[in-house]
Amino acid sequence: MGRYTVRRLLQMIPVFIGSTFLIFFMVYALGDPVAAMFGDRAPDPATAAQIRRDLYLDEPLWKQYLHYMGQIFHGNFGTAFNGQSVTELMASAFPVTLRLTIVAVVIEMVVGIVLGVFSGLRRGRDIDTTVLVLTLVVVSIPTFVSGYLLQFVFGVQWGWAAPSVAPEAPLNELLLPGLVLALVSLAYVTRLTRTSIAENARADYVRTALAKGLPRRRVITRHLLRNSLIPVVTFIGTDIGALMGGAIVTERIFNIHGVGFQLYQGILRQNSPTVVGFVTILVLVFLLANLLVDLLYAVLDPRIRYA
Amino acid sequence: MRRATRAKWCGCALVVALVATACGGGAGAGRSGVVSSSWGDPQNPLEPANTNEVQGGKVLEMLFRGLKRYNPKTGAAENVIADRIETADSRNFTVTLKKGWTFSNGEKVTARSFVDAWNYGALLTNKQKNAAFFQYIDGFAQVHPDSGTPRAKTLSGLVVKDDHTFTVKLNQKFSSWPDTLGYSAFMPLPQAFFRHHADWIAKPVGNGPYLVDSYEKGSVLRMRKWQKYPGDDPARNGGIDLRVYTDNNTAYTDLQAGNLDLVDDVPAAQLKHVKADLGGRYLNQPAGIIQTLTFPMYDKRWNHPGAEKLRRGLSMAIDRAQITREIFQRTRTPATDWTSPVLGANGGYKAGLCGDACVFDPARAKQLIKEGGGIPGGTMMLAYNADTGSHKDWIDAVCNSVNKSLGDDNACVGNPVGTFADFRNKITAKRMTGPFRAGWQMDYPLIQNFLQPLYYTDASSNDGKFSNHAFDKLVNEANAATDTGRAVATFQDSEKILAQQMPAIPLWYQNGSAGYSERIGNVSLNPFSVPVYNEIKVN
Repeated sequence: MGRYTVRRLLQMIPVFIGSTFLIFFMVYALGDPVAAMFGDRAPDPATAAQIRRDLYLDEPLWKQYLHYMGQIFHGNFGTAFNGQSVTELMASAFPVTLRLTIVAVVIEMVVGIVLGVFSGLRRGRDIDTTVLVLTLVVVSIPTFVSGYLLQFVFGVQWGWAAPSVAPEAPLNELLLPGLVLALVSLAYVTRLTRTSIAENARADYVRTALAKGLPRRRVITRHLLRNSLIPVVTFIGTDIGALMGGAIVTERIFNIHGVGFQLYQGILRQNSPTVVGFVTILVLVFLLANLLVDLLYAVLDPRIRYA
Repeated sequence: MRRATRAKWCGCALVVALVATACGGGAGAGRSGVVSSSWGDPQNPLEPANTNEVQGGKVLEMLFRGLKRYNPKTGAAENVIADRIETADSRNFTVTLKKGWTFSNGEKVTARSFVDAWNYGALLTNKQKNAAFFQYIDGFAQVHPDSGTPRAKTLSGLVVKDDHTFTVKLNQKFSSWPDTLGYSAFMPLPQAFFRHHADWIAKPVGNGPYLVDSYEKGSVLRMRKWQKYPGDDPARNGGIDLRVYTDNNTAYTDLQAGNLDLVDDVPAAQLKHVKADLGGRYLNQPAGIIQTLTFPMYDKRWNHPGAEKLRRGLSMAIDRAQITREIFQRTRTPATDWTSPVLGANGGYKAGLCGDACVFDPARAKQLIKEGGGIPGGTMMLAYNADTGSHKDWIDAVCNSVNKSLGDDNACVGNPVGTFADFRNKITAKRMTGPFRAGWQMDYPLIQNFLQPLYYTDASSNDGKFSNHAFDKLVNEANAATDTGRAVATFQDSEKILAQQMPAIPLWYQNGSAGYSERIGNVSLNPFSVPVYNEIKVN
């Protein structure tokens, strides 16, 4: 397993270089960002030229990219246009988004798996149908609709929670945005668990376990659940990356100053250091989450071995 | 059983992560007397000569006081730190400062504070985005050459006489120059700005009614009342918390929930029911902003002899009244000149100066466009940036209006450009093939600011590259006139040339809007559509 992990880690290097270049290229293709810094006013050419020189924007693309990569290996992700270093932005944004993601993942795991197990074990009965219909409704509502709706109902009408999150983003204020962020994935987790449980409930080993006289509770948690969770773990693993990068809408609605906020600002201002830096970290998170999922397979299913 | 142990360990790691990241919290301390207000993340560090947009500008208005300040109600430039600014020839000025002003760190505000700050702002290598505001001062070409490196570090036109006096020599006659000094680029700076620049940026120090208490970039700026403020407009509240919102809808929801006191940008989607939500706590008043459709005058198809008829005809084909009513819910006023009502009649605003050309008249429009050679290529593409503001709605409405007037469904279509940066690049590179959206927010409430930067030959924001000898001549005359009334009248004469030539179609004057909670009162907007923060009272 050690060798397998090392090999996977080494594979990340080309992916890292390739993805940073692609993102760099795409932001570059958006055009020259300097003009927008002057608002509706035409930039004064001398100042604009000086800014371009300082940001290496007057060099050809490949030189800019090499310069940027050189900086990264010195731990310097460049400077955003408002004068803050990108590492500083990351230090403030990633903990917030990480907290939001953890809240969302915990909600989707706990609620999703519990609902999935109940409906899977009672396939075809009322509870199963109800859960299926509910998840279908949740899946078909876009995040910005559920976000604004829950924000208005909980924040303004009932006053249970603040409509927006304070700059420090404490955990209790992240519950509502976390729920909104988790909703769609939660529905998928429920459905995946349900199908998996329903299928495995009739498997030979479950029958054997029951025939041995094991208590039903133990059969479900130790035998049935462990085998049924493999597709769910895969989904949640890839979802962590998606949640961290895809929280843009949720972060905007609840005014959370996390990764989504910084990416949005960066794209709007065509600030390549911010966008490339943040996306690069997201790519790494994605890769690591995938590796973790693959390693978890071995924990869940003893038949899987890595060499 | 080995594997089960490992699974347990994973669970522990998750718990650790939860605990480790939960170390935020502790919000909302000491809120009494403090007003919370919505804010947008400023694009640039909060240096006075580097702040060219409203969000940074509103902070500077709280942290700084300059030689002059624009009266929040009338817009008139009034002396603050300046005791008097004297000139005999509209070119050489002597500035005398009042005594007793200090920065909040105790340093005295002297002639040096101004001269050093202006020299810093003008020097090319400091990359200050407002450097062009110093262009009228003698020696600007040396510190800010069009290309190459600066040949001087300081402006030769600025000379310190003593602690409270300095002289300014301009490179041209400019009688209303002292009235431009209320703009934030001209604010004084303490020595700390130059000596410990990074620290100053992290926590700016100024001489205005507020002090910076803490500044978390990108999320919140907390300012508190400066108890020893020497001016006569001290803060009437305990402080202002500016909170960054990415989405103005969220700010509005926060206001409704009582989580925020002041929103100075009511989202378009809420305008219909804002009166029902807030009652009398909603402000909607004119601001120094005008929206136009500018023609690319470098394109022969729009600027051939006789094309002025085409341009005037298009202006007459737009039903401004209907669009401002239906799309903007009366937060815009149809424009009938190229300035803004906030200037007032004495300042140069003249309703109806545009004449017939700004009055909706489909029949005459059709005829004029025909006489002017028709719309080039049969279809006019109105360019706008699609990323910010809700420009699409009104551009489509304008096109709809033009198409209806001309009885041709293909006469006008919107032409969205993905990002604002790209939009600006296309304009600067002179690659526009049809009229494009242009918004102008005044820097200072002078008629000069609405005309010279936009329509004078090769002026800094003359995006359409309009060039007219008679117009330039009148602007020069107006700038040289020593009598204000005479200068304004001459500027209005130059504006009449715009009415004939129509290089840009005036669409509407934009209003500033704001909503506030029951917690606060005495809220008003200044002519720049920024709330007058220091006058707000907490109930």
